[in-house]
Amino acid sequence: MRVVLAEDLFLLRQGIIQLLEAYEFEVVAAVDNGTDLAAAMAEHRPDVAIVDVRLPPTFTTEGLQAALRARREQPGLPILVLSQHVEQMYARELLADGTGGIGYLLKDSVLDDEQFIDAVRRVAAGGTAMDPAVVAQLMTSHSRDEPLAALTGREREVLELMAEGCSNTAIAQRLTVTEGAAAKHISNIFTKLMLPPSSDSNRRVLAVLAYLNA
Amino acid sequence: MKTVPVTWRGLLGRAALDTLVGVAIAAGALLSIVLFVTTAYFIIIAVIGIGFLALPYCTRAVRWLANLNRRAAAHSGIPVERPYRPEPEEIEKDIVGWMRRCKWILTDPATWRDLLWLLLNCVVGLAGFVPAGLLYYAGEGLFLACGLWQPIADGGQGRWYAFVTVDSWPAAFAAGLLALVVLTGWVFLGPLVLKGYACFVRFLLGPTRQSQLASRVQHLSETRSGALDIQAAELRRIERDLHDGAQARLVSLGLQLGAVDRKMTQDPEEARRLLRQARTSSVQALSELRDLVRGIHPPVLAERGLADALRALGLASPLHVTVVADLPGRPPDPVESAVYFAVSELLTNALKHAEAQRVEILAWYEEGTLHARVTDDGHGGADTSAGSGLEGIRRRLASFDGVLEIDSPPGGPTVMKMELLCALSSPKTSSS
Repeated sequence: MRVVLAEDLFLLRQGIIQLLEAYEFEVVAAVDNGTDLAAAMAEHRPDVAIVDVRLPPTFTTEGLQAALRARREQPGLPILVLSQHVEQMYARELLADGTGGIGYLLKDSVLDDEQFIDAVRRVAAGGTAMDPAVVAQLMTSHSRDEPLAALTGREREVLELMAEGCSNTAIAQRLTVTEGAAAKHISNIFTKLMLPPSSDSNRRVLAVLAYLNA
Repeated sequence: MKTVPVTWRGLLGRAALDTLVGVAIAAGALLSIVLFVTTAYFIIIAVIGIGFLALPYCTRAVRWLANLNRRAAAHSGIPVERPYRPEPEEIEKDIVGWMRRCKWILTDPATWRDLLWLLLNCVVGLAGFVPAGLLYYAGEGLFLACGLWQPIADGGQGRWYAFVTVDSWPAAFAAGLLALVVLTGWVFLGPLVLKGYACFVRFLLGPTRQSQLASRVQHLSETRSGALDIQAAELRRIERDLHDGAQARLVSLGLQLGAVDRKMTQDPEEARRLLRQARTSSVQALSELRDLVRGIHPPVLAERGLADALRALGLASPLHVTVVADLPGRPPDPVESAVYFAVSELLTNALKHAEAQRVEILAWYEEGTLHARVTDDGHGGADTSAGSGLEGIRRRLASFDGVLEIDSPPGGPTVMKMELLCALSSPKTSSS
């Protein structure tokens, strides 16, 4: 799997490259600023781009902007955004087109290599990977909002895990229920949030979006 | 002053209001002669040693009248600041305190300027009668023209209206026209007279350059010490957080790694467990550092500027927050962060103390001033006494010459307004 990486801190960049190569990813380009990132994405058309939010030259949201631009040019291009802090607004902007293939993680998450690699794979496959911190923030800030009010406590938990990007199997494991039960909860959520059936992964993104926009 | 579209109705209303203000000013002029004589009398007596008992009361009355006239001047579009030196904070209740109060009054140049104003105002203030006089005269002319001249003319001779003897219908007509001219004069001359009077008030009652500088210096030294206090407290907080948080975690991380080192060969399973623990410690240290950074300078503020940072605040709050922020550029960093933290604290207050459901945050920039307004639908009654968070916000804003206005009646809603003078830099353009 071909990866483009943008991270301005040298040590972290080398660390991520090593990690990815250990799991047999191919890092086709590793850049340290937003301008090079845009060029690298256009040139290599990677399977997934791993991008730091804050990049030179402006040290603001250069990486995020580059990622959003790249997705406008190559719709559906999987992008995993790493950030020193999580901000709902950024998660919202990334998910806005509703096509999936988006991840938003704290940089710390690379410390847990298995989870990180799992997230990269999920994003590359068109799923979502939201940091539990983003999801937890969403949970507290919109807990009494419509239309989420219609969800039961368990369905809420399931939605939370869905937002993080867990598969049915993973959800079943985390909540220690059967896969069938998890699937049932998920279809209940889709019904309550009035999401029309389409491809399953897409509906998951839409559910998370409903959550974000509640 | 904002220019409002000129209508006859507006002009008449304005003229009527001016007339009332003018009459009040003229009444004040009559009062001022009384006050002048009294105050002068007591000052002279004070020199001998008896009058100082009455002097503070007298001065209070003088300043009250002067302040009323300052407000009248502001009504005419000429704001006049109060030049008085602040009253000494702690005054003994006994005779010594009373003496100190007299000293404070007598050494304030504004007192003497007030006195001079009182003397001149006895005459100049009478100009306040002009609009009312004009109105009266116009009214008289119109009444005569309407036919009132007939009974008067029947009684003997015609009545003079300006230079017309009103003793026939044509003359009455002429008087009517004249009255209309006077009425027009009332409408347009009244404001002018008041404006002239306002200039006079500003000349004598406004702060002199020296007193302006003095009060500015006082304001600056107060806000500077406030800013230094805040900064020192902030540094202490950061030091404490680092010491109890990240620093301690890193120490424990080192200890854990040391233990791993020892166990590595004898008990690999235990070593593995310790490594997992060490990883947890490092994650916790990171998250504590992150919280600390957020408290010093929120990343979203650095990355996106105030408007988006306020939006992010709204998103992160459990309340229903609407944010309308429109800023054509970025305020200086310290101003941005002062407003951000102030709004953040107000949001917390709305949630914790006011039990609000909805909050509206507005931010806009107008005529060199950054405005921010936070409105909540909570139960109001915000406590503004010293020691509350609001006092802290006020002090923080004061160091930028900013003000916090609080309107929080019991039962709500609470409206908090912030205003800060500042320049905006041109919006950041992302280079691509």
